[in-house]
Amino acid sequence: MGLVEILSDHTLQTVAIGAAILGAVSGVLGAFAVLRQQSLMGDALSHAALPGICLGFLWAGSRDLGAILGGALAAGALAALTVMAMTRLTRLKTDAALGSVLSFYFALGIVLLTLIQRQAGAGQAGLEAFLFGQAAAILREDLQVMGVLALASLGAVALLWKEFKLVTFDPVFARTLGLPVVALEAVLTVMVAVAVVIGLQMVGVVLMAAMIVAPAVAARQWVTRLGPMVVISAAIGMGAGVTGALISAMGRGLATGPLVVLAASAAVLVSILLAPGRGVIWDWMKRRAERRALGGQRVLTAIHALAAEHGDPEYPAEQSMLDVYFGGGTAAALDRLEARGAVRRAAHFRTEGVHWVLTPQGQAEAEDILAGGEGDRP
Amino acid sequence: MFFRPRAEVQGRLHEPGLALHVEDLTVSYHARPVLWDIDLDVPPGVMAAIVGPNGAGKSTLIKAVLELVPKTAGHVRVFGAPYARARKRVAYVPQRSSVDWDFPTTALDVVMMGRYGHLGWLRRPGRETRAQAMAALGQVGMAAYADRQISQLSGGQQQRVFLARALVQEADLYLLDEPMAGVDATTERAIVKLLQGLRDRGRTVVVVHHDLQTVRRYYDWMVILNVRVIAQGPVAEVHTAENLRRAYGGQIALIDAAPEAPAGAGTM
Repeated sequence: MGLVEILSDHTLQTVAIGAAILGAVSGVLGAFAVLRQQSLMGDALSHAALPGICLGFLWAGSRDLGAILGGALAAGALAALTVMAMTRLTRLKTDAALGSVLSFYFALGIVLLTLIQRQAGAGQAGLEAFLFGQAAAILREDLQVMGVLALASLGAVALLWKEFKLVTFDPVFARTLGLPVVALEAVLTVMVAVAVVIGLQMVGVVLMAAMIVAPAVAARQWVTRLGPMVVISAAIGMGAGVTGALISAMGRGLATGPLVVLAASAAVLVSILLAPGRGVIWDWMKRRAERRALGGQRVLTAIHALAAEHGDPEYPAEQSMLDVYFGGGTAAALDRLEARGAVRRAAHFRTEGVHWVLTPQGQAEAEDILAGGEGDRP
Repeated sequence: MFFRPRAEVQGRLHEPGLALHVEDLTVSYHARPVLWDIDLDVPPGVMAAIVGPNGAGKSTLIKAVLELVPKTAGHVRVFGAPYARARKRVAYVPQRSSVDWDFPTTALDVVMMGRYGHLGWLRRPGRETRAQAMAALGQVGMAAYADRQISQLSGGQQQRVFLARALVQEADLYLLDEPMAGVDATTERAIVKLLQGLRDRGRTVVVVHHDLQTVRRYYDWMVILNVRVIAQGPVAEVHTAENLRRAYGGQIALIDAAPEAPAGAGTM
């Protein structure tokens, strides 16, 4: 298929729009979840949706999407409340509570799923599509449901922006201002459950957690403020959604959901490596520059000390002696110092080998370092 | 608008002449009393230190006043009213370690959060809030760092941001939990000067303080705490070797023997 045909394909349009909606909502809500250090909450909520899906199916007696998503939302909310109750009423830490809730609900879901399949005949119910998602099964009408849910949750975030921000940054202070912190946290968590429900058909319960966490983690790398983080997170989520849908449509019959998650993960990888200020490579380069600067400073002050000892500011220091003194090669550091005019090569009247003399600039720098001025280090 | 009067709270004022009045307060964690039968009065317009050894319940006392920890017994009045109704007259500076400083936000943003209570629901902070926050940052000497991401601030600078956030609350009673813990000497001097300025303008300042050496210099009122109240009153009367010995027990030797050494007691 050519690109134009792909883009005008009805099914693809539906899938791409759905994936974009999912990406935007999970990106926005994921940002709050990640900052509240509740990345795993998405995992627990999505796994918890499975028994809800099954109960919704049993209740409706058919594969009625409204009943199934309603069940998923109810089960997710119930799981979230279970986690909150466990951490508040027992001495369990959040990770332990999330872990136990996640596995309990998921196991329950698998048991129900097996029962349903046996009852209806294998594959007839088609519920296993919710495990890994089945984007092609999404209908135009489903987009309306997803869109309404998305608008509702994004609208809530816009209206309660400053309250959510404060509760996420400093819940204790928020309480002293009289904010209903527990209620606001509950709303944030329930909205993550909404995002999960939106994504169930697309990526399924197993991979849905990635859609909550990945865009937010990637966005965090590039920003210093919450507003831009939420916007970028939503953009990465949408981008991953549309990318996954496009790659899936280009053929080979690859499933959309996992491709969407892979695209989001690629964004995480790139962000973790490359983001200025926080990225691994940036960090590595900064540390290397610092190490080099420090090495240069040490060599510079050593030559300065030798010059002072000999009472001659133009004293030529022998490179091999500096090597011995520092227990290693100083050639690279000396070359860098020479390049910026702090030292120059000099011949010695008696001995062979390379010798180095401080330039006036180098002398000034060395004295500055020795006087305790650490240059532009904070 | 965050202000929600509670039905069970009595309407009448009780001890309205006191900035802070604590009566029969007991707080316990898992059946172990952290604060036992605390009676406490802080008159308005003083700068008071709460001192005591580790585990004396100093932070818990402030948190109990702010209803951040449940009381087992007792009640609190702020300018005569229950805390829930006097909320807007109280500003709180938590310990610096209580938040994640890697949060994506700027110093100015954090200070503006101090106005959220006055703004109420749905209203966004506007130009006026911004100006107030900038003024407060200026007061703590941090105006140049307004747009700095908070993770890039030093500990002392972070503490000053917290202080500025309390300043914009325009409260009458300031409760500070170890504002001078782990800050450099310059910051400590700046904080003390600022708090004394608040007191001189008639505000009441209550500080959990860990350095016994500086209590006399910084404060005019003092509460010595060790689960119970050991002594309270003007520093000149309360800051005695006998009272400190009763609170700190064996650790008092450090204070008596080496007045110049940093206080070994109560670093938490």
